[in-house]
Amino acid sequence: MIPANFDYESPRTLSEALDLLASREDAKVLAGGHSLLPAMKLRLAQPAMLVDIGRIGGLSYIKEFADGIAIGTTTTHAEVAASEALLRNSPLLALAAAQIGDIQVRNRGTIGGSLAQAHPAADYPAAVLALDAEIVAHSRSGERVIPAAQFFTGMFSTALRNDEILTEVRISRTTGEGVTYKKFHHPASGYAVVGVAVRLKFSGSNIDSAAVGITGVADLAYRASAVEIALRGKPVSAIADAAARAANGVDIIGDYFASAEYRQHLVTVMTRRALEEAAASRRK
Amino acid sequence: MATPAKAPGRPSKANGKGAWVGRRLKRKEDPRLIRGISHYTDDFKLAGMVYCAFARSPHAHADIKSINTDAAKGTPGVIGVFTAQDTTSIGPVPCAIQMPGLKVPRHPVLAEGRVRYVGEPVAVVVAEDLYVARDAAEKVEVEYEPLPVVTDMEKALSNDTAYVHDEFKSNQAFTHTLKNGNLEAAFKKADKVVKQRMINQRLCPLAMEPRAVIAEYLPGENRLTVWSSTQIPHLLKTQISLLVGLPETSVRVIAPEVGGGFGSKLNVYSEEGVVPWLSMKVGRPVKWNEGRRENFMATIHGRDTINDVELALKKDGTILGMRSRVLADMGAYHQLLTPLIPQLTALMHAGCYKIPAIQIDIIGVFTNKMSTDAYRGAGRPEATYNVERIMDIAARELEMDPAQFRLKNFPKSKEFPYTTITGLTYDSAKYQESLAKALKLSGYDSLRKRQKSARKNGKYYGIGVSTYVEICAIGPSAATPAGGWESATVRIEPTGKVTLLTGASPHGQGEETTFAQLIADELGLVPDDINVVHGDTAVVPYGLGTYGSRATAVGGSAAYMATQKLKAKMATLAAHLLESKPSDIVFGRRSLSTKSGKKKSLSFGDVVTAAYTAHKIPAGFEPGLEATHFFEPSNFTFPFGAHIASVEVDAETGEVKIDKYVAVDDCGNVINPMLVAGQIHGGLAQGIGQAMWEELIYNEDGQLVTGTLMDYTMPKAHFFPEFVLDHTVTPSPVNPMGVKGVGEAGTIASTPCMVNAVCDALSPLGIRHIDMPLKPERVWRAIRQAESAPPKAESEESPKKQSKKGTAGRRRP
Ligand SMILES: Cc1cc2nc3c(=O)[nH]c(=O)nc-3n(C[C@H](O)[C@H](O)[C@H](O)COP(=O)(O)OP(=O)(O)OC[C@H]3O[C@@H](n4cnc5c(N)ncnc54)[C@H](O)[C@@H]3O)c2cc1C
Repeated sequence: MIPANFDYESPRTLSEALDLLASREDAKVLAGGHSLLPAMKLRLAQPAMLVDIGRIGGLSYIKEFADGIAIGTTTTHAEVAASEALLRNSPLLALAAAQIGDIQVRNRGTIGGSLAQAHPAADYPAAVLALDAEIVAHSRSGERVIPAAQFFTGMFSTALRNDEILTEVRISRTTGEGVTYKKFHHPASGYAVVGVAVRLKFSGSNIDSAAVGITGVADLAYRASAVEIALRGKPVSAIADAAARAANGVDIIGDYFASAEYRQHLVTVMTRRALEEAAASRRK
Repeated sequence: MATPAKAPGRPSKANGKGAWVGRRLKRKEDPRLIRGISHYTDDFKLAGMVYCAFARSPHAHADIKSINTDAAKGTPGVIGVFTAQDTTSIGPVPCAIQMPGLKVPRHPVLAEGRVRYVGEPVAVVVAEDLYVARDAAEKVEVEYEPLPVVTDMEKALSNDTAYVHDEFKSNQAFTHTLKNGNLEAAFKKADKVVKQRMINQRLCPLAMEPRAVIAEYLPGENRLTVWSSTQIPHLLKTQISLLVGLPETSVRVIAPEVGGGFGSKLNVYSEEGVVPWLSMKVGRPVKWNEGRRENFMATIHGRDTINDVELALKKDGTILGMRSRVLADMGAYHQLLTPLIPQLTALMHAGCYKIPAIQIDIIGVFTNKMSTDAYRGAGRPEATYNVERIMDIAARELEMDPAQFRLKNFPKSKEFPYTTITGLTYDSAKYQESLAKALKLSGYDSLRKRQKSARKNGKYYGIGVSTYVEICAIGPSAATPAGGWESATVRIEPTGKVTLLTGASPHGQGEETTFAQLIADELGLVPDDINVVHGDTAVVPYGLGTYGSRATAVGGSAAYMATQKLKAKMATLAAHLLESKPSDIVFGRRSLSTKSGKKKSLSFGDVVTAAYTAHKIPAGFEPGLEATHFFEPSNFTFPFGAHIASVEVDAETGEVKIDKYVAVDDCGNVINPMLVAGQIHGGLAQGIGQAMWEELIYNEDGQLVTGTLMDYTMPKAHFFPEFVLDHTVTPSPVNPMGVKGVGEAGTIASTPCMVNAVCDALSPLGIRHIDMPLKPERVWRAIRQAESAPPKAESEESPKKQSKKGTAGRRRP
């Protein structure tokens, strides 16, 4: 449980950090360290240098702006979970954050780190997909905005380049929508065996549109478009049938805790429950 | 029955109620432990200390073709790299068990030519710092030629198998049969026979502190000091002297703070031979600290048995006979007690029931896995699981209430001491009383009502009942491999403070507090006056350590008896000074006085001073105040109790929610109710943990796939409801304090209790058994299977009942 040798830098500005990151081929950003350090201790990751972004001022914030809310990359899960601004205007991220790991993990882990890690069972990915979030990255050549739908490219892989630092997540307000995050926890790790993020927009008593992000079930989080299509313009009574399509076209993963077959079943149950809960939350 | 040396004057407070005994005292050890200012083995840094790390096998079974240590040796900071070729002088890892026909494979401290489980140590690196040691261990190049792997016990016993040890031409480590009564007749005349196969899965003991060893050899003095996170410092001292070939008088073992053991540190490990040897070899103190991954792979595991259990019954619920076949996975080698554990399972197979005839066949099996050995409960949880599950299944098949069924088959309290069909003599018990108390406390009748209405609403609510008896206070020496007594030295210091040297080796249990309570009451002092010293073989007389819920019953009795010797001595001196008779002297609060005639008294301190100054002592009186007692118990003790759990099963996901948990335990007299509750709480967490979540899984290649805390579910506090605890108090007649032991009780009853509850919840579906752990997928599969196929009962049933079950099987929301 001891990592291989590495250098450690803790720059105070973003541009210094970007320079350091570009200076070495196998340099890696260190944020909360709750994914990277365990991997290093098991020697699954052996970066030559860590660029700790934890001491860069101005990367931890939750700000409202005209079109929505922006969250700084080093904002911890605990801060996201407790954010009034989020809970009032766009609660999905906060609901997901509150269910991540345990209190220590939530106090150390960051939103940027979680997204950059792209763990197939992490919670945020389902939420940012359902929110159509924008993910902002900086490199020495400037800023780039990546839509959430293009951000996750595979298990533990994202659209981020090696010389880029994820700096911000932007989401829109979900006022008036039915919103929830429903999770079936792995009892050991706390990660999602299945996690379902739901937004329901209504027109009258019918569902106008649905956004359903699902994590834990495949190599990467995905939008359950078959479910979304089946709900468009439908009454709440269409939920059960729609939820049955939660894993349509998805290559389902299995492990010693939950086989692919069980996960396939579980994702339909959890999706139905999430949709019902979201519908109920809006009616309140 | 051991009679206490009758202390003069004041009657002993051994009835469980004294000024201090019986009080909820906070632990003396907690302030230093909670503030992190105490010292575990890894906290010590000796001058000139170097570090070692082991290169371990990634294969479950392979020949070692070659080992190249050049790269490791060439790493700057590396002092030496050693393999089996270098360590031939270290004795094999010991197994203390002897039994007819037991196959004991050679168990070298480093693998010799072949590895037999993942994690087996192959080479060791010593370096100036821990980081270098670990880096260099990665550079040890071992060429392996993989061999067929043996993981499945049943396959291991078939013809179609490789052998873990070629020399035996079999994977059978031993067979052992315990039988009594006319079993054939019992089964022949039975109205009903119920059978069930049950798997008791492999578990990781998971002490919070992994193992750690520091060894310092001083050649001038020929003195080896070893700090080890162990439950058995003295036994380890003896074994280390044999391992490294030093006279026992040259070896000192210190168990500093030990962060839990649960049986896993009741052992002698290869590292405890290698690290001392390294210190002798390199002439520096050497430290080894186990990582959590190593702890998963290379510290003993618990349980891992396959059980086929049958019960013969009369229609009215009377038990006629019981037959069990237990396959017990030994792993690749025997550790200290490996083959003993399943024998405890056999001995306890009668549970708390009158069973007229019994046969238990146990087969020990070698596989390419880490050794199993004592894990909290050690053999008793396995027995209790078999017994309490089959009782529940029998009650259900006979359509009897599980509590009523049990009550019918308990021996009555006046039948104690009760000799079981397996040959044990249970000391004392009131099984009826504890079950009645648990039923009342849980609101059993209203739980059943709740179940009824839940079922009407398509919900699955279940109630589990489990009773238990266990064997503790290990034990009468004749019945143990290395003696079962315990030692204590009580020394009243010149200032009147008291030092107790105990051979028990507390590692979380809190005996620094309870033993102080005990002695304080005897001497009329307060617990803060008494300092309990343990775990250092140079300071404490030989003792056997802490395991088998023995420390209080045996070690505490030793302390009690030694204290009686001192009381007699002080009474003699006080009588001399007060011109009275010793029998006329009574102990009060910090005083000794005469009880008849004109009341004369001396302070406790005055008598102590008189004993040390020896100015005015009776003829033949030995100055000083120190007494030692080696307490030999006349029998084991048999704590017992009744647990009740209620659960709700989410039939859609298979998730089990624990609603209520009630535990009524009887550990005899209680010295400190808070510590007893703590032991029960921890035991319940581990026992329920087994039922619900914990499992070490080796895949077909012998790889440990749940070998991290991200995969192996160690239960957390929030997994549990608030435990509701109560006691009955049935003092044990076999020791002077009437205590029984409580360290393992919670682990023993709770496992079957949970499974009984879940199976009760799902009984309308015709589900009668699900193997542990009851993880959601398993439960879901059982439900799905029950829905798609009519239940196939394993028992011989009347056709009438079968059809009834068939319809019940379809009752689903
Ligand atoms: C016991 C435990 C339980 C957990 N349970 C859950 C859970 O239930 N749900 C869940 O979602 N997660 C869980 N996690 C993971 C946790 O949320 C991590 O904090 C998170 O995945 C990574 O965030 P971090 O800030 O710790 O990132 P780090 O570990 O510091 O970094 C992770 C990766 O992201 C890269 N990185 C970090 N920040 C940036 C950035 N700004 N720009 C570019 N790359 C970056 C790093 O180089 C590294 O590759 C758990 C972790 C633990 C240890």
